[in-house]
Amino acid sequence: MSADVQHLYVHLPFCGHRCGYCDFVTLVGRHGQHHRYVDALLEELELERGVLEPRLETVFLGGGTPTFTEPRALRRVLRALPPAEEVTVEANPETVTPELASLLRDEGVTRVSLGAQSFQPRLLAVLERHAGPQDVRRAFYHLRGVGFDNISLDLIYGIPGQSPADLAADIDEALTLGPEHLSCYELEAKRGTRFAHAHGAELARQAQAMEGYFETVVAALTAARYRWYETANFCRTADAAGGRDLRSQHNLGYWLGRDYLGIGIGAVSTVARRRWRNTPRLPAYLAALADGASPPREFEELSAAVRGRERVMLGLRLDEPFRVNGEEDLLDRDALDRLTRLGLVTRVGDELALSPRGRLLGGGVTAELLA
Amino acid sequence: MQQDRIRNFSIIAHIDHGKSTLADRVLELTDTVSGREMREQVLDSMELERERGITIKAQAVRVAWKGHQLNLIDTPGHVDFTYEVSRSLQACEGAVLVVDAAQGVEAQTVANAYLAIENDLELLPVVNKIDLPQADPDGAAQELADLIGGDPDDVVRISAKTGQGVEAVLDAVIERIPPPSGDTDAPARALIFDSSYDQYRGVVAFVRVIDGAFRRGERLLAMAEGTRFEAEELGFFSPTMRASDTLEAGEVGYVITGLKDVSRLRVGDTLTSLERPAAEALPGYKDVKPMVFAGLFPTESDDYPDLRDALEKLKLNDAALVYEPETSQALGFGFRCGFLGLLHMEIVRERLEREFDLDLLVTAPNVAYRVLTKDGEDVEVHNPAEMPAEIERVDEPYIRASIIVPKEFVGPVMELCNERRGRFDHMEYLSEQRAVLIYELPLAEVVVDFYDQLKSRTRGYASFDYDIVGFREGDLVRLDVLIAGEPVDALSLILHRGSAYGRGRALVDKLREEIPRQLFDVPVQAAIGSRVIARETIKAKRKDVLAKCYGGDITRKRKLLERQKAGKKRMKQVGAVEVPQEAFLAVLNLDGAK
Repeated sequence: MSADVQHLYVHLPFCGHRCGYCDFVTLVGRHGQHHRYVDALLEELELERGVLEPRLETVFLGGGTPTFTEPRALRRVLRALPPAEEVTVEANPETVTPELASLLRDEGVTRVSLGAQSFQPRLLAVLERHAGPQDVRRAFYHLRGVGFDNISLDLIYGIPGQSPADLAADIDEALTLGPEHLSCYELEAKRGTRFAHAHGAELARQAQAMEGYFETVVAALTAARYRWYETANFCRTADAAGGRDLRSQHNLGYWLGRDYLGIGIGAVSTVARRRWRNTPRLPAYLAALADGASPPREFEELSAAVRGRERVMLGLRLDEPFRVNGEEDLLDRDALDRLTRLGLVTRVGDELALSPRGRLLGGGVTAELLA
Repeated sequence: MQQDRIRNFSIIAHIDHGKSTLADRVLELTDTVSGREMREQVLDSMELERERGITIKAQAVRVAWKGHQLNLIDTPGHVDFTYEVSRSLQACEGAVLVVDAAQGVEAQTVANAYLAIENDLELLPVVNKIDLPQADPDGAAQELADLIGGDPDDVVRISAKTGQGVEAVLDAVIERIPPPSGDTDAPARALIFDSSYDQYRGVVAFVRVIDGAFRRGERLLAMAEGTRFEAEELGFFSPTMRASDTLEAGEVGYVITGLKDVSRLRVGDTLTSLERPAAEALPGYKDVKPMVFAGLFPTESDDYPDLRDALEKLKLNDAALVYEPETSQALGFGFRCGFLGLLHMEIVRERLEREFDLDLLVTAPNVAYRVLTKDGEDVEVHNPAEMPAEIERVDEPYIRASIIVPKEFVGPVMELCNERRGRFDHMEYLSEQRAVLIYELPLAEVVVDFYDQLKSRTRGYASFDYDIVGFREGDLVRLDVLIAGEPVDALSLILHRGSAYGRGRALVDKLREEIPRQLFDVPVQAAIGSRVIARETIKAKRKDVLAKCYGGDITRKRKLLERQKAGKKRMKQVGAVEVPQEAFLAVLNLDGAK
């Protein structure tokens, strides 16, 4: 396998608690297994090191709650990573102590993504989040305190019972903290989650009332000089940030269709014409790597056409125009004409751009545009 | 055979009143078939000798009774087929009108009796099933006598099942039904009253000879159509096909033509000899023109060639079915089909779906309209989308409906008929309990949801039949449905001005429910000409994105989009709007078209 992958994802699945809406591969508690998991993780990293560049552009530690991982185990992971320009760690507010903040800082983490979700206790309770608004603020200041100058906040909107005033308050609270980056997700009741069971009907009922929330979020954040650089992601504009590009470079890798390696249970990798997903089952993962073997994986072969379609689908999420690169057969010409007339898409030369409304409707627009 | 020794007659009856059983008994009693054969070969399912490769159903059977030749001419199992009944009646001098002793006169009895009387036929009233415990032969006989204006004592009482009284029916046929009275020396003329198609022998014509005689091998001419052919074989059914050298004045039989196309030999045409042709054709039948039209579209556009082939095959045996290709921007390629009536439409549709395994989308049926344009041009319109914009006057077909109901339902039936622009003609009490209502109604009001309404408002007790009485002027408008400003041809309707608002509103509401929200606002309008009479807007979506899409989500998200795209391809495109097929179905169902 050629060795040119620039992006590494590391999955740390452990959590203090599983939130009702979560459909990630997570494991609650299991303190006794954190080191064994890290052993296996590092073994997998060794096995796959050949596909990685010696020096990476980005590493992203996601979960689960990476910062819930037993601190010495977390430190082992961070120390074993190849050097990278950007190292992001996801954190839950209640796990961020001054000690943890220092640990992250000392071990080369450059960016922290903090799962705030909301600042309304009532709505946090609906989401089954354990941290309160005070925990979010405290965590943020701890991170700032040790010198982190690239902090992202996650917000969730469309929570059952969330009024427009609640949404405005959440945005205000988040902006008051002055994060470099914000990820704003509409709450999805994914099938099979406890949450879908408890709140699915209510979400469907309020769907129409909350349809405008996405627009509200985009309008409020762009007004506050954040760049809406991806469907759900915002960063301080370069002007407002002394020229820095504050986009998540790791996630940008996905949206630009780059290759990436993912390690850990349930992690997905895409390298050249192949995508694979590691087993989500911890025992199987541990057993394989204890024997020095790759974990069980599901493979998917990706044809050039599929990768092309994915490039369109991902690329159109970004604010920068999509470069067709002459691959005209990826696009449905009639749909392009139709969408152009509707003012949702513009095509200039090789570049395809969505209008702001086109981006709000990006899913439908992309489905039409694809040949 | 001397004409005074010939009797030609039909048996007409409401469904299940015993027509087939009586016909079976007649065949048995006249030794046309043995009792053993009888069990296997009833008239309704008689097929011809298979070694000759022919599977034509007998339309007329010749039997012998007391030195006479009786030709029993079949009417279709479903007496609903007024047009077919009327053809068969044209070949007869009389008809046996059968009524169930327990049920009494029903709507089809009335409709058929009227038809027979119009055709100057001698009616021979018969009350059947007198052996049933609940039979009321006197009551039924009285109803029959009242209906046809006769004496209850002249009504023959029988049980076709046991055979009781059937001989008396045959005797009465000879006594009361007049013999044919054609000119045996005149140039030969015969009326084609039915035809059938056999893949080996071609078109087989069922004929009633009026004047002169026809000989095997003779060159013949169908006078209206101008078709020439040789009489490959002549004969009659008794009950199987019997070839004969001649068919003479007064006789009924078949002619094998060798023609490969049923449309070249129209039912109602007159056959004559090419060598010694008749000067004038017989007064034809009522021209059986299609009155009800609907668009038939395959739900899968790939099935279009299959639908075309299926229609071609059906047409071989059903000359009354007409169709022409139709292109609808909403429903794609299909056919505009013309039917003689509702039942005909139902049967064709059912055969297409069952015998040819097609999934069809059928537009709301409409009737034939005769339009006088502002330019003074006369056009017949079969498709609402073709209705000219500038109209001087529109005539629509009217029916005479016979509706028989228990008296407590007279009110609801009158109400229904009034809602449907009916004109009350008269009402008679058939008995203390039951009344027959005669209404004239626009056919258009009957093709949509009338049967169902009638049934539900009379708790299933009403019996209904109709025949076409002609065209009359109506205050009619074309109602168009526009989606995002584009007229949807498949949803256009011609209807009475008075119902336009209600229907327009219902259509628009239903479409708003059924059309998914799009990337832009979609106005849905119902309009008469340029005047919008109902409007709704399907509001554009304000967002349509998957919030999260990172490394682990890409495959799932891509598959989602691919499914979405595939779904879009199945939708019908009206301008820029994607309309799911279900929306069309829902709207067409709104009109009660099953």
